[in-house]
Amino acid sequence: MSIDRRNFFKALGVTGLTLAAGKSLGATSSEPEKTEFRGMLYDSTQCLGCRACEEACATSHGLPLPQDEMKAGVIRKTSEIQRTVVNTYNTSKGEVFVKKQCMHCNQPACTAACLTQAMYKTKEGPVIWRADKCMGCRYCMVSCPFDVPKFEYHSANPKIQKCDLCYDRLQEGKIPACAEACPGALKFGSRRELLDEARKRIIEKPEEYVNMIYGETVAGGTGFMYISPAPFNELGFDTTLQNSSYPALSKGFLFAVPAVFVLLPTLLLGIQQATKSNQNKEEDHE
Amino acid sequence: MNNPAISVPKENSEKSVWRFFLSELKPRGKWLTPFNIISIPVMIMGVIIIVIRFWKGIGAVTNLTQEVPWGLWIGFDVVTGVAFAGGAYVLTFIVYILRIKKFHSIVRVTILNGFLAYVFYAGALLLDLGRPWNVVNPIIGNSFGTSSVLFLVAWHFLLYMIAELIEFSPAIAEWLGAKRARKILSGMTIAAVIFGITLSCLHQSGLGALYLMAKDKIHPLWYSEFIPVMFLVSSVFAGLSMVIFEGSISSKVFSDQISEKDHHSEKGIIHSLSGICAGAMFAYLFLNLLVFIHGKRWEYLNTPMGYWYLVEMIGFVLVPMLLFYYSYRRMNINLIKVAAAMTMIGIILNRLNVTVIGFRWNAPVHYFPSWMEYVVTLTVIFAEIWIFRWIITRMPVLRESPAWAKEEE
Repeated sequence: MSIDRRNFFKALGVTGLTLAAGKSLGATSSEPEKTEFRGMLYDSTQCLGCRACEEACATSHGLPLPQDEMKAGVIRKTSEIQRTVVNTYNTSKGEVFVKKQCMHCNQPACTAACLTQAMYKTKEGPVIWRADKCMGCRYCMVSCPFDVPKFEYHSANPKIQKCDLCYDRLQEGKIPACAEACPGALKFGSRRELLDEARKRIIEKPEEYVNMIYGETVAGGTGFMYISPAPFNELGFDTTLQNSSYPALSKGFLFAVPAVFVLLPTLLLGIQQATKSNQNKEEDHE
Repeated sequence: MNNPAISVPKENSEKSVWRFFLSELKPRGKWLTPFNIISIPVMIMGVIIIVIRFWKGIGAVTNLTQEVPWGLWIGFDVVTGVAFAGGAYVLTFIVYILRIKKFHSIVRVTILNGFLAYVFYAGALLLDLGRPWNVVNPIIGNSFGTSSVLFLVAWHFLLYMIAELIEFSPAIAEWLGAKRARKILSGMTIAAVIFGITLSCLHQSGLGALYLMAKDKIHPLWYSEFIPVMFLVSSVFAGLSMVIFEGSISSKVFSDQISEKDHHSEKGIIHSLSGICAGAMFAYLFLNLLVFIHGKRWEYLNTPMGYWYLVEMIGFVLVPMLLFYYSYRRMNINLIKVAAAMTMIGIILNRLNVTVIGFRWNAPVHYFPSWMEYVVTLTVIFAEIWIFRWIITRMPVLRESPAWAKEEE
């Protein structure tokens, strides 16, 4: 994670300098943007709870339209037939809507877990799932701290269902279906711009927002970010998740593997050679 | 079924080779043994359930949920089964690297056990894969997920199975009377052993490392960054307890296979193994204590999960460790067997606590395996025992190698 964030701040600094240097350099500043992570900003204060995003998502991915009702106190979860859900919460600041889907982590646990690269972090930002590679081991589900990937348990040819930030639509130059359908709570853009936007909104109206952007640092930073009028732990968010990336947890083990692979056989061979004389003496005792 | 006459003529025509294999395929001994009466209906039911699983999907036969995607088939069949197969790498280390000849009479049966465990538990893994037709993807190289611990484990399973097959292959050559092949295969043993021990160390710990990223899902009493070390250390005494347990059953069931000399050395072997077990368990307990105190985990102790933790650690690690030590000092073989059985229960508890019981321990809806999951698990175990029995009664595993093979050594 540290590298990504460093790069991110570097990019931020460079952009700042470029802007300071004047508009003549503006053309070059658009160059790094091409490989920047795309993401989404969800502003709870703007959400009407209309669930147009749910419908647009279902239509655009060929999934059944959501039928269940949205009620406070009932937490609907994303499932193998629903990639995004909107829930309503009774909080200390009144009724607040929250949309849930894949967070599109900067360093996703699911892609680090995947042994076939079926779960894949694209350079544009979306984390996608590729059917031709997946063997259905479900290690991505074990690893994801947000419990996002869903598995079609009742199919002989099961797929993993999760939000892919409409990667196909992005390739066509369109924006994700939910953002297109949303009357104003969802904003699609580069992660850097969205962070700036989120900070700006919080600073401009400090009385309307809690001073936190969920997704800025959690799990090493995510592509989907939230700002809200109520504290995030009242909105079904896990605020105890670590701020460093999840793949870092198994990095130490993986780095030790090549060392063990060289050192242990050498050691074993050494012991085996060293016990040779021993054997010659004791052979007859058997 | 006592020492079947193995006499494959040297220049055998194709026909007689077939006849040999067909005669070897035929069952030997009584059909209606208690084991057969229990295992055959279970296995038939298991096969039916497996057919349903591939026809209707995993959800039709298991209780797995979106929150708990790995259940009994992974937690018990694979993770626990592989720990019990750890005896093979420990014993090959003792016999081939340290050259302690005392254990030589049990090394072959332990390797066979390890090999079959891997074949069947990796097989059980296939049942759990949603898209098993893509299982070759991480192997043939069109998509290497090199950042994945599971990638490492998958490769190590495959390579270790090959290494164990090579280690065991002299017995197959002796069965077939293939003298030249036996000579070549025996020459590969040391290389396979060194390779196999390295692979074992890495994937025994790797199975623990699989759960490193599930930091927020496993109960804190069982999660630490040292899970890989814990899994590795506990695989030593898990494997050896299995060797003691399995050996005491084999020596009764297959007593006609075991020579007088080996029968006599059996007690000495079990006695030495109990000493190793006690030592390894002490190291394991000490590591756990370090993690517990260093992680300041006192607050979790006075909770239901905390009591459960104490049951595992005291009842099934500390007590059997003391039993091993006590019976090691007193040469009490029966007590050693009791300690081995308790240790095995402890290992099952530990692996299930990490993978199933402690996994999402705080979820509103808990995962309990369906009866069909148990039946399939039993089917896998019974199938392994059937193959094990088939090999034992035909190849020189427990009994002495044929005279010509001994001369070569």
